[in-house]
Amino acid sequence: MDIISILNLIIPTAIFAATPLIFTALGGLFSERAGVVNIGLEGLMVMGAFSGIVFTLLFESLGFGAASPWVALVMAMLIGAIFSLFHAVASITFRADQIVSGVALNFLAVGLTVFLTREIFGRGQTDYISERIFRENILFLSDIPVVGNWFFSNIYPTSIVSLVFVLVVWYVVFKTPFGLRLRSVGEHPMAADTMGIKVNRMKYIAVMLSGALGGIGGAVYAITTSANFSGGTIAGQGFMALAALIFGKWNPLGVLGAALFFGFAQSLSLSAQQIPALANVPQVYLLIAPYVLTILALAGFVGKAEGPKAIGKAYEKGSR
Amino acid sequence: MKLIKDTAVKLAIPLIAIFFGFFAGAIIMLASGNNPIAGYAALIDGVIGDAYVFGETLRMMTPLIFSGIAVAFAFRTGLLNIGVEGQLIVGWLASVVVGIVFDLPMVIHLPLAILAGAIAGGIWGFLPGILKARFQVHEVIVTIMLNYVALHVSNHVIRNYMLASGQRTDFISPTASLTSDFLAGLTDFSRMHWGFFLAIAACVIMWFILWKTTKGYELRAAGFNPNASSYAGMNVKTNIVLSMVISGAFAGIGGAMEGLGTYGFIQILSSFTNLGFDGIAVALLGGSTSIGIFLAAFLFGGLKIGAANMQAGANVAPELVEIVIALIIFFVASSYLIRLILNRLQSKKEGK
Repeated sequence: MDIISILNLIIPTAIFAATPLIFTALGGLFSERAGVVNIGLEGLMVMGAFSGIVFTLLFESLGFGAASPWVALVMAMLIGAIFSLFHAVASITFRADQIVSGVALNFLAVGLTVFLTREIFGRGQTDYISERIFRENILFLSDIPVVGNWFFSNIYPTSIVSLVFVLVVWYVVFKTPFGLRLRSVGEHPMAADTMGIKVNRMKYIAVMLSGALGGIGGAVYAITTSANFSGGTIAGQGFMALAALIFGKWNPLGVLGAALFFGFAQSLSLSAQQIPALANVPQVYLLIAPYVLTILALAGFVGKAEGPKAIGKAYEKGSR
Repeated sequence: MKLIKDTAVKLAIPLIAIFFGFFAGAIIMLASGNNPIAGYAALIDGVIGDAYVFGETLRMMTPLIFSGIAVAFAFRTGLLNIGVEGQLIVGWLASVVVGIVFDLPMVIHLPLAILAGAIAGGIWGFLPGILKARFQVHEVIVTIMLNYVALHVSNHVIRNYMLASGQRTDFISPTASLTSDFLAGLTDFSRMHWGFFLAIAACVIMWFILWKTTKGYELRAAGFNPNASSYAGMNVKTNIVLSMVISGAFAGIGGAMEGLGTYGFIQILSSFTNLGFDGIAVALLGGSTSIGIFLAAFLFGGLKIGAANMQAGANVAPELVEIVIALIIFFVASSYLIRLILNRLQSKKEGK
């Protein structure tokens, strides 16, 4: 097996595995850049996966046809944003510990979605959706030799959308007044307040954006990968997105790189058996690679990862 | 006078949070077309209805007490140990390994197996501790990542070295077992085991370490104000590491309770046990005190066992209790809201 065919095997799987991570980690980026830790990304993905499947089923039955999953993605985005308000109200207005509130959000998401699944479908999992989003070739670009094979043929449209989102988020965070305000709130809320920025309003917007993107991330995973929803559909992808956010040093382009790398590790762990050089490496090393690398990155062995200065603290007006 | 009032508020917050949690649960049941009174009646019946379910509740409490103590102990030192889940898994694995591999008389074998769990959990807690002390890495992220490492490594070890039929290891030898025919007989053949009394002992030990020893004073001081305790000549870095190790050891013993008591083996885990994450809820509701943890573990352990009867007796999906638990955490964490309400009520009374 030569190197090209190995890459043919791995790269599309890596991009595919990275897509939900990219969406969710970009969401976490908004929230953490505004100084709100979001351990609840996992729960937001669960909520998104549930809404993605339920609304796809609903729109299918209403006769939306192939558009159903796309409309469901929008619904998952809205529901994720609304659901994230739990985290926002608790941690911003009521000054709850952001990490505790995030943990509670994860509990609540799993409890609520499985409860609703049982109430609606009478068992622990939903029906399977029939209108899925499938791999497609991108016009013209897929004809480019080699590279076209890797990046533009047989790719999920959602992956392309996630790449566009990376650029949009990068532009918004670093090139617009909104992004400047967002970052100032996360770095030094008192200074931001003095300059007339409404600190808590910015934090609310940021947390809701993280809910919206986390919702999309979960829905993309459910619609493209599992095609139904149960309590075990989202098992750790949210935490891996959090890892990608930190490994990517709270920068959209870094997040893209980290997510692709984690996706790469995941796809390696799945397809290692077919690659002679890796067939004898125990799968466990590839499974734990993303987590170990994140720890090493935090410890400064792989480039120091430093978060926003005022992260994790509730802002009280007039306090020092 | 003010002291009494503070204590009263401290006691009132978890009680009000529990009330809000159950109240919200009732609304959800109403909204989904169930009868909340029948639902909660079935729930209570499923906790204290007969000897069997009560024994199961006490069995469920056992690891929850340990994981609650683990979270609370770190919390007292100003650390948030989200990694109890992972520490619990490695402790579970280590205790089962010792329980299977060695052939010793019970007086040595059983303590050795529990100790193995404590050591494994302690090592898993040492890693985030040393990274925090040495490189100022935030312990929350490291412990989350280590949870996954623990899960995958444990599954790898079971799959490759200890696999028996049915995706799990062999049973531990009886000399390392915590199971008790006496307790099982007392509770209509529930899986209650001696670990419950170890859990009570652990509550006492936590109280003793934190409030009756010099080291415990130092640990709490580091939690209150690391700068002041450093200025007073205490070694904050050592205390951080020590606290994480002790916390991890408690979590590891919690895992050993499952391995040596409830199951007698460890299976390949497809997802987390959630015992460690529930420990966060237990510690938080219990206000990080020994008695509070015991009572909170009873509440959450009871909810988890009683949920099955909710399904059977009132046709309410058992996940309702997960929602109630999550909401209780939200309300306890948002104690600012409850304080605000209490203050309003207070000032209204004074105004009259």
